[in-house]
Amino acid sequence: MNHFHFIDRRKNPKGKSLGNRQRFLRRARVQIKEAVNKSLRDRSLADMDKGEKISIPSRSTSEPRFRLSPDAGERQWVAPGNKEFGAGDKIKKPPKQGGKGQGKDAADGGEAEDSFQFTLTQDEFLDIFFEDLELPNLVKRSLKDMKSVAWRRAGITVAGSPTNINLVRTMRNAHGRRLALKRPSNSEINELKERLFEIERIAEPSEAEIAEKRALLVRLQDMEARRRWAPFIDPLDVRYNAFAPTPVPTTAAVMFCLMDVSGSMGEREKDLAKRFYMLLYLFLKRRYERVDVVFIRHTHHAEEVDEETFFYSRQSGGTVVSTALEKMLEIQRARYAADEWNIYVAQASDGYTQSGDAKRCVEMLDEDVMPIAQYYAYIEILDERELEVFSDKDSGAELWRAYRTFAPKWKTFAQTRIAKPSDIFPVFRELFAKNAREAA
Amino acid sequence: MNASLLFSDAEWSFDRLKATYNAIEDIALKDLKLDVYPNQIEIISSEQMLDAYSSHGMPLMYQHWSYGKHFARDQTMYQKGYQGLAYEIVINSDPCIAYLMEENTMTMQALVMAHACFGHNHFFKNNYLFRQWTDAEGILAYLDFSKKYISRCEDEYGLDEVEKILDSAHALMDQGVFRYARPPRLSEADQLARAALRAEHEQKTFNDIWRTLPNVEEPDQDAEERQLEVRNIKLPEENLLYFIEKASPVLKPWQRELVRIVRNVSQYFYPQKQTKVMNEGCATFVHHYIMNALYDRDLISEGAIMEFLHSHSSVVFQPEFDDPRYSGINPYALGFAMMDDIRRICETPSAEDREWFPGVAGSGKWRDVLKDAWANYRDESFILQYLSPKVMRDFRLFALDDDARESHIEVGAIHDAQGYRRVRETLARQYDLGMHEPNIQVVAADLEGDRMITLRHGTHAGRTLDPKTRDDVLWHVHRLWGHKVKLDEGPA
Repeated sequence: MNHFHFIDRRKNPKGKSLGNRQRFLRRARVQIKEAVNKSLRDRSLADMDKGEKISIPSRSTSEPRFRLSPDAGERQWVAPGNKEFGAGDKIKKPPKQGGKGQGKDAADGGEAEDSFQFTLTQDEFLDIFFEDLELPNLVKRSLKDMKSVAWRRAGITVAGSPTNINLVRTMRNAHGRRLALKRPSNSEINELKERLFEIERIAEPSEAEIAEKRALLVRLQDMEARRRWAPFIDPLDVRYNAFAPTPVPTTAAVMFCLMDVSGSMGEREKDLAKRFYMLLYLFLKRRYERVDVVFIRHTHHAEEVDEETFFYSRQSGGTVVSTALEKMLEIQRARYAADEWNIYVAQASDGYTQSGDAKRCVEMLDEDVMPIAQYYAYIEILDERELEVFSDKDSGAELWRAYRTFAPKWKTFAQTRIAKPSDIFPVFRELFAKNAREAA
Repeated sequence: MNASLLFSDAEWSFDRLKATYNAIEDIALKDLKLDVYPNQIEIISSEQMLDAYSSHGMPLMYQHWSYGKHFARDQTMYQKGYQGLAYEIVINSDPCIAYLMEENTMTMQALVMAHACFGHNHFFKNNYLFRQWTDAEGILAYLDFSKKYISRCEDEYGLDEVEKILDSAHALMDQGVFRYARPPRLSEADQLARAALRAEHEQKTFNDIWRTLPNVEEPDQDAEERQLEVRNIKLPEENLLYFIEKASPVLKPWQRELVRIVRNVSQYFYPQKQTKVMNEGCATFVHHYIMNALYDRDLISEGAIMEFLHSHSSVVFQPEFDDPRYSGINPYALGFAMMDDIRRICETPSAEDREWFPGVAGSGKWRDVLKDAWANYRDESFILQYLSPKVMRDFRLFALDDDARESHIEVGAIHDAQGYRRVRETLARQYDLGMHEPNIQVVAADLEGDRMITLRHGTHAGRTLDPKTRDDVLWHVHRLWGHKVKLDEGPA
């Protein structure tokens, strides 16, 4: 009979080829990034959270081998399924690059030669997209005395709680001590006992045997005593993993998202603004575990809303932009002390507000907001005709012009415009790109 | 309901697998008299199957981006439904490892066990190419060593450096095998021992102070030994990777080891490339025989045999040349048809068979004839010897002549009395790797002077290298060689 056995490997970790995949993504990084940026342009709001099928030029990951040219010399081959041919028949060759009888990847509809298609998971997708983006000026000047504590390993101690016992150390110590104190092992004792039983089984033992028995008993007692005072594990052996609190600098940050949902913002404008915030939100969620996000939407009246309402509900009304700034400051004072938090603000609006309000906004920004904010981004949503009219940076809607006048004063203030979905991603990158950050 | 049935529904369990394995083994060893390595059968999920797929089906392959690329492609194809998963993967090792997928029905598990654990297993153990060229006992240990070695190199020298060497070596994989002579190399076990010794030596002589010295070249432990080997290489040399590994003026010891690993992997797969038709034919013939025998012995139900026939016939389906599904000759179909035909010729030969196969026709000893073929032939010689007129007619095979300069392809021969031999020869040549893999050799190397090497492509029938990939590959050769590389082409 031959040997055989079954092994159930289903519980083995999956994703054995994960390392290969990472190497592949790394290899084709440039092309994948291009494809990702391109595909983001046409994504709808709801898709933002999903994986994405992308296609990259196959040249970037080609694996060349020497092979014979299909267009030179003579060759012969055999094919199955002859129907009407006889020896000597001539068949016109199909036009260049037609079926060569070896049919390469016919299933891919001929695309296989030029591009390579595969699916990125959502994580990979967002990772690649947000790769070189970051929140600007993340560490605040006065954050040094923040008391945040992380527990770090700090060697081995002799005292601690049972959950932290270091078994390896403990057993090693015990083993060494047992050797040093010559603690008799189980097998030695068993050997003695067996000999003892053997003698006891003898019906009429001889003198020598009785003497041996006595000696054995003495030794056994001695051994057992030794085992008692040299236990298998002694409290002296026990070691614990030590953990010590280490202060770590924290980067507590809050992002205020202010969005204009007034009547002058059409559905299209609102959609653009929402897309921008969705991207911002994904970015923050992904890259910064400890960023609070506050959603404020306003008409002539501002309110704090949750994420769901912010992105998906509709509302309409007049426009007073300064109400949003007031609300923001109110929340900031109540919950986010300026000396403890990094404060970021992103504001999206179509640039129209009640007459006179723009001036008030500028005052508030200049006096109250900018001194405490790490970064303030103003995004103006235009329609496409307006973009042409306002191609000059100095002209624009009321709010834009008002902001223009004080913007140069603050390096941490950025203003930029979005007119169509494809603008969102470049603008987003522009606002959060590492190093290269300048007010538009 | 028949009490003797091994199973009566689709669910599989380990008990059923064992009972079925025993029944299959009984037929395979006592009836077919197969000779196999011990079997190790592993149950895996479809995801793990995809994993295994992308790295040559080997459980211990080293990591490289190209495997990630293949995985991504296979996964996309699989999810779109363009491509099913193979029912099994089997590894030429001792013990022979076969993977069964969790999703398979019990009938499929029986089919796969017969196919892989006995068909492929017998072929691996007995075919002369595998016996001569591969080391079934050592392969897993060697792959384990190479995987660890490469990942250590990645830690030490960086992913990029390792990737460069592997990319370049992969480009020459097809030119990295010894075709005609047993390679002058240590056995895998010796190699392992040597690698261990080397590692130990490094440990012993490790001195942390040295690391801080700038640019200390690692001492090339084998430099002298290698010099000797280089002098012994007689040009022309057909194994480019071997030549580069030994003689490249620029590679560091660890880089030579990487080239060697790629070369050994390539050599390990070389017999498989030459025996696709035979290997799959053998496994398909064996599973077909065994499944029918199980049914004859009342061990599997009518439903099971119907399910089996359904998947068997899709495995041996051969689309015709003008069918959109056509992608060359299906090795399962051709191999199975030829082997089944050998059985027919032995048992109930026609007058034509007696004329074509006088030695075996009517002998009745199809088991012996097949086992002899499995042991002593490769695809090319097997087709040349055993492709019968009947199989040519059944497949309606026809031979085509294609001259790149002409606007027409000419039909050279068809499946008729005048054409049989021509069709058979053409088909056999089609399976000769020498005919469709370019024959490239190192013909000159100036090791003392400017260190230029000259490669020569010996052409057949005017077939030159495809310029699209030629220059890319030469670039890789240049990277490994470090000096000028020249390529000549001309009739062999």
